Amino acid sequence: MSELHAQTVPFVRDTMLPQQPPPNRETGALHWLRANLFSGPINTILTILGLLIIWFLVSHFWDWFAHSVWNAESLTQCREIIAATWGEDARGACWAVIRERWHQYMFGFYPRELYFRPIIAFGFLFVALAPVLFSESVRIRRIVLIVAAAATLILSVMVGAPLPWLVFAAIVMIGAVVVAERNAPWLLIFSALYPLLGVWMLWGGSAWGELSVLASVALGWLAWRLSVRISPLIAVIAGVAVTLALLLFVAGDAAEDLQSLIPLDITAIDSDQFGGFLLSITIGVAGIALSLPLGIILALARRSDMFLVNKLAVVFIEFIRGVPLITLLFVASLLLNYFLPPGTNFDIILRVIIMVTIFAAAYMAEVIRGGLAALPKGQYEAADALGLDYWKAQRLIILPQALKISIPGIVSTFIGMFKDTTLVVFVGLFDPLKGISDFVRANFAWKGVYWEPFIFTGAIFFIICFSMSRYSMYLERRLQRDHR
Amino acid sequence: MSDITAPAQPSFRPSMLIYDRRYRSLTIQVVVFILVMAAAWWLVGNTIQNLRAMGKDFDFGFLWSRAGYDIPSPPIPYTSNDTHLRATIVGLLNTIIISFLGCIAATILGVAVGVARLSNNWLFARLMTIYVEMFRNIPLLLWILIIYAIFTEILPAPSAYRGDDPAWSMILFDNVALTNRYTAIPTLGLTNDPGELDLGARILIDWATIAFAVVLIGGWFVRKAVLAWAQRTQDRTGDRPTTWWINLAIMVVPSLLLIWYFGLHLIPPELKGFNFGGGLNVQNAFVALWLALTLYTGAFIAEIVRAGILAVSRGQTEAAYALGMRSNKTMNLVILPQALRVIIPPLISQYLNLTKNSSLAIAVGYMDLRGTLGGTTLNQTGRELEAIVLMMLIYLALSLVISGVMNIHNNRVKLKER
Repeated sequence: MSELHAQTVPFVRDTMLPQQPPPNRETGALHWLRANLFSGPINTILTILGLLIIWFLVSHFWDWFAHSVWNAESLTQCREIIAATWGEDARGACWAVIRERWHQYMFGFYPRELYFRPIIAFGFLFVALAPVLFSESVRIRRIVLIVAAAATLILSVMVGAPLPWLVFAAIVMIGAVVVAERNAPWLLIFSALYPLLGVWMLWGGSAWGELSVLASVALGWLAWRLSVRISPLIAVIAGVAVTLALLLFVAGDAAEDLQSLIPLDITAIDSDQFGGFLLSITIGVAGIALSLPLGIILALARRSDMFLVNKLAVVFIEFIRGVPLITLLFVASLLLNYFLPPGTNFDIILRVIIMVTIFAAAYMAEVIRGGLAALPKGQYEAADALGLDYWKAQRLIILPQALKISIPGIVSTFIGMFKDTTLVVFVGLFDPLKGISDFVRANFAWKGVYWEPFIFTGAIFFIICFSMSRYSMYLERRLQRDHR
Repeated sequence: MSDITAPAQPSFRPSMLIYDRRYRSLTIQVVVFILVMAAAWWLVGNTIQNLRAMGKDFDFGFLWSRAGYDIPSPPIPYTSNDTHLRATIVGLLNTIIISFLGCIAATILGVAVGVARLSNNWLFARLMTIYVEMFRNIPLLLWILIIYAIFTEILPAPSAYRGDDPAWSMILFDNVALTNRYTAIPTLGLTNDPGELDLGARILIDWATIAFAVVLIGGWFVRKAVLAWAQRTQDRTGDRPTTWWINLAIMVVPSLLLIWYFGLHLIPPELKGFNFGGGLNVQNAFVALWLALTLYTGAFIAEIVRAGILAVSRGQTEAAYALGMRSNKTMNLVILPQALRVIIPPLISQYLNLTKNSSLAIAVGYMDLRGTLGGTTLNQTGRELEAIVLMMLIYLALSLVISGVMNIHNNRVKLKER
């Protein structure tokens, strides 16, 4: 065989050829252009179309951006400056309106000397969120906490926060950084207290109101703790009953008595002084925090095999999803007077938060139901086989996986809800897009200023929503447990 | 062998209502039922008490009284002397019109952008990504306001089109004029008008419209029959007759005949005095809302389409090529049926969102359902409870109809598993 082979093959190379550089057209900028922009007739047309779009945008807007005016007292003055500097026909952006009115876009009609309160409350929000949102990575949590602490303190100093508040904020935030390094789960205590602290810092008034709510919850927990030995069910009923009874009948009077005994109050702010992004973020954060648990309960109810519970959940979810948010907001502003006992009149922001929460929770329930349905049946059966009861199975096996699957949907519901907070303008609140902008334009000096406020508020919304969606991508990657 | 007996069932004790899984669900349902009924009783009781205290009643009689307000360019004849009911119907029709046109335009835009984002043209894919992210992350209200402001602030008054050397000129071959009050578009005219069909309640439908509808729907059924015939022939002989020209002819030729018979032609808008006449003047509130809804929802649909196409694994394409299919057949017979299964359910919810978002017409003053029933009618009659309840029910019915229709469609295109 080998002899034959030796005879039939005329030439066998016994050395390797030296490697040669690739042909010119395989690498480099020219190749990239050819492969990515001009690989065929359709691609070339698309490239030209894209270039035309860019040219159109730049040629129309570049002048306008380049001729920006930052210092002026009115739109007329802006136009005069632009005409004087760049000629009569020049068009330019009058960013002076943002410079003059930024505080209204940010804080609405909150008293100027108290701006530090929302700022510190917003900084604390990161401390409260850090153990929940960034529990997976120590490094990222550290960066978030340190940046939040530094930014909060610097901003508070810039808006002229009084020394005691600065010290308070510094202690909490630096303390949080230290605690996070030592024993991060302890931060969850702060997360649990944050809703009351945040409400007190934003609306002000007597701290005894919040403290009495806290005491009611603590006493309810105590009742649960004492009776849990007897029977878990009685314990839950006792805990809820004690909390509700204290909240409804005792807390209000106790808070007033204590306030007259030991005054513990800061300047109270009315809800109609809220506005701008302060309002959007307040409604958004409250809605997000409340709609997730409500959505989980609704999703579980809709998957329940109890006929009545299931049907009630279906009707509720489909009704809420079937009507526009605006109509629900109208219900909040016009119809709640009909549904509540005569003489009840509660805060419009609270009403809006309730409606936004209900609205988002119905969507959330559908997203989570998708996650629950996507879970293999084996997981449910495994939980049963281990002898776990319903709530233990949900808490330990089903929900952690189902929520992980539904993270993209949950976050896009959050983003949608945050964008929808702008609709509060139609029930008379001052949202940053339309409410505050209309208010600014109502002043003669800024009559007719449209584009600058649109761009400013749009950019802030974009930054917040875009970072939320990026965060959900990060979370998805972090939580990925399956091997690919 | 008969000494193995089932353990004796324990007799029923009240504590089993809580601790026995068989009875616990019953207990829970009874408790839930009582709580819900108590809440409903409380709410209804409060409402009755409040209504009595305000001296009002719960009565929809106001729908039959005179509305007394005008609605610009109503889709059915309407004057301020008509009833609130007719105003409500006009508003509902406006909502349906803007939702329908918005859904169609958003689908076209979304599919185009979704495919473009997957194109291997680096520049164009990046531009489309920027568009999608911009519109997805900024509230719809801002887009509506911006587009409306562009119309009202930048575009000229109709008088700018006047004179021998006008400051502005009409676009699209002198067919469309953009002004700060309305967009003038051409309208359709007939030289041989067969008159109108009176449906009662002053609603008239042109016979020509009916003729076109009949021809198109009839053509659709004939086309289905032709396709069935082609399929039968293919099953019998193995050769599929070429049908595309038959189908094209079925759809096009009768329409062309009708166009020739009725003398259908475009009437472009013309400047008459201070305003455009001849054509159709579409109010800018409508155009701005439609554009904003289209661009906003289009961005979401683009992401859905992209995800749907990416969900079909590349092996499917390669398998189709290996079977010798050409690329359009691969797309129609292999990729699309699988992608549609992923695309259609979220697409339905985008259509629903668009319909509900059309209630943002309040920002530009377009008289949709919320603008008529939930706006002027509510303010004039002071019947908040009735107006809002009715409005919510109508929106709910609209949503259920859309999701019902789309679910039927979804069940037909869905891949049959098992």
